[in-house]
Amino acid sequence: MTQTIPTPQRPWQPSKTDRFETLGVLVASFVLAGLTVEFTGLNGKLGFVVSLFFSLLILNYGFYFQKQGKAAAKDSLLQVFTVMAIVLTLIPITSIIATVVSKGYKGLHWGILTKDMALASVNDPIVAGGLGHALVGTILMVGGALIISFPIGVLTALYLTEIRGPLTRPIRFLVQAMSGVPSIVAGLFILSSLVYPVTKALSGMMGSLALTILMIPTIARTAEEMLILIPNELREAGVALGGTQWRTVAGVILPAAKSGLVTAIILGIARIIGETAPLLLVTGGGDALNLNPTEGAMGSLPYYIWKSFLTGGTPEAFARAWAGMLVLLSFIFILFGLARYLSGRKVG
Amino acid sequence: MTDNKGFQDNDKEEKMTTSHATPASLSSVASARTMSQPGTTLLGTGLETRGVHAWFGKKHVLSDISLDFAAGTVTALIGPSGCGKSTFIRTLNRMHEFIPTAAMAGEVLLDGKDVYAPGTDVTKIRLRVGMVFQKPNPFPSMTIGQNVLSGLKLAQIKKSNTDELLESCLTRAGLWNEVKDRLGEHGGALSGGQQQRLCIARSLAVEPQVLLMDEPCSALDPGSTFRIEETIAELAKSMTIVIVTHNMQQAARVSDYTAFFLSDGGPGEMIEAAPTSKIFSSPQDKRTEDYVTGRFG
Repeated sequence: MTQTIPTPQRPWQPSKTDRFETLGVLVASFVLAGLTVEFTGLNGKLGFVVSLFFSLLILNYGFYFQKQGKAAAKDSLLQVFTVMAIVLTLIPITSIIATVVSKGYKGLHWGILTKDMALASVNDPIVAGGLGHALVGTILMVGGALIISFPIGVLTALYLTEIRGPLTRPIRFLVQAMSGVPSIVAGLFILSSLVYPVTKALSGMMGSLALTILMIPTIARTAEEMLILIPNELREAGVALGGTQWRTVAGVILPAAKSGLVTAIILGIARIIGETAPLLLVTGGGDALNLNPTEGAMGSLPYYIWKSFLTGGTPEAFARAWAGMLVLLSFIFILFGLARYLSGRKVG
Repeated sequence: MTDNKGFQDNDKEEKMTTSHATPASLSSVASARTMSQPGTTLLGTGLETRGVHAWFGKKHVLSDISLDFAAGTVTALIGPSGCGKSTFIRTLNRMHEFIPTAAMAGEVLLDGKDVYAPGTDVTKIRLRVGMVFQKPNPFPSMTIGQNVLSGLKLAQIKKSNTDELLESCLTRAGLWNEVKDRLGEHGGALSGGQQQRLCIARSLAVEPQVLLMDEPCSALDPGSTFRIEETIAELAKSMTIVIVTHNMQQAARVSDYTAFFLSDGGPGEMIEAAPTSKIFSSPQDKRTEDYVTGRFG
């Protein structure tokens, strides 16, 4: 009475023939696109991509139409569109990363993160200086901006989603309008409202404040969208247990929205970490390591890149600029990876 | 101004706590019952409503409901969808006002005091009148154990023997044996029926004297429904229960009293309220009879 157990199968997955056919259509499309470029007025890379796109559409449609009918043919069209969209999205990203890596590695050396540019000019040999001061400046200023923006942004979002007071609509409008403020305006605002009348000196903190103006709307809007997603039943459950609104928000709503709030932080940092214009105006753009945000000029990675590109002209200066971009890009990836990892971890 | 108001609130708070232990003049019935149930929640003298109306915006959804819920009884509210049953029980613990356009009129008396009286601390009312919702809604960021004790955290009540409380709440909700080895897991890992019993355990932890249940079994399978009905029977020994249900058999099984609500297109009204056996055997109103025998609704 032994029962034979069948081997597990996945009949819904494409068979070998299916894969072969898909590949055939793809190859045929490339051939057709090549012939089009060869024998018509279309030429160049762009011409090839355009004709490949239309070849894919036509051949896919034709193939699935004769194989499975009209509905399947339309379905395959949508597939072509989505795949093309993905490819078109990935091309610039990979191209940027490839360019930055291929040009930036020349500017890397062992001391790049520890040395500063206090005793070197951008045209000096690569090993003579580093961007330690710029990285530290960026971390300090972005960190400072985050410390100010996150509570303000989240509290604004809480006003919009939890308190829903009489000012909800005007504030929502204002936050949306503020997210369109050009960064140079934020810099000029700090310059004219704080630097000239009050501090009379450029410093890292002024940079932080300018970045804060840009960061708050992003964090507030993202946090608002994340808080709206929290089901109303949780709010009701919290309040029905005898919690005040504040206790419910702190004990239930915010923990439930935790990964959404991390997203808000990520988007907020992404908004400001590459900002150059306001920092040019208010930080003084130092070349030496400065750990005090309240006093003295403070460097930053975007400023370092800008300065290397514009004030140099030698291969060393360009290599410095690209290396700066490579460090900035790596820093952003590490930061975002870390944030995703932390927010994805289970509580407890 | 603000100082004054603060004082008033404090004063009220104190009164509330004393009335939780039932004022002397009203306590005879309750204390008699609590004597027989050592260690369980004080019953109070029950809940009654006088001429409760409710609106959403301009829409009048509930008209003139006067109903008594005697301490230690189970009352079922039945009636077709949209007749205002849920709205009514949400007026009892002041959850009604959670909806921005909501309005109400009338009195809801808990131990003889109007819960809508000016200066009443609404969070204290909700502590004494707990609620279980239609859809199980455990807190996703908390473990099973944290969920049960979340009410203490939310209401900032200090308890020393939380382990005992945790066990007793889960036991009374009929869930202890199923989860005792995995209190550290997330509530979302439980089945729908277990989640709902977790929500019941959660509302028990703050020791309410009244428990409102808004169709607690509508999303559950028959087995889980049966477990929850057992739980209700067990809880009725120590608290007053009001349950909204669409299931006539459930009303007949679990309740001592039944109130039938109906809306003829206008605001919902209470057609008839009587001991459950009477509602199901010899209803006074033709419409009640039609409804409980399944002729409409």
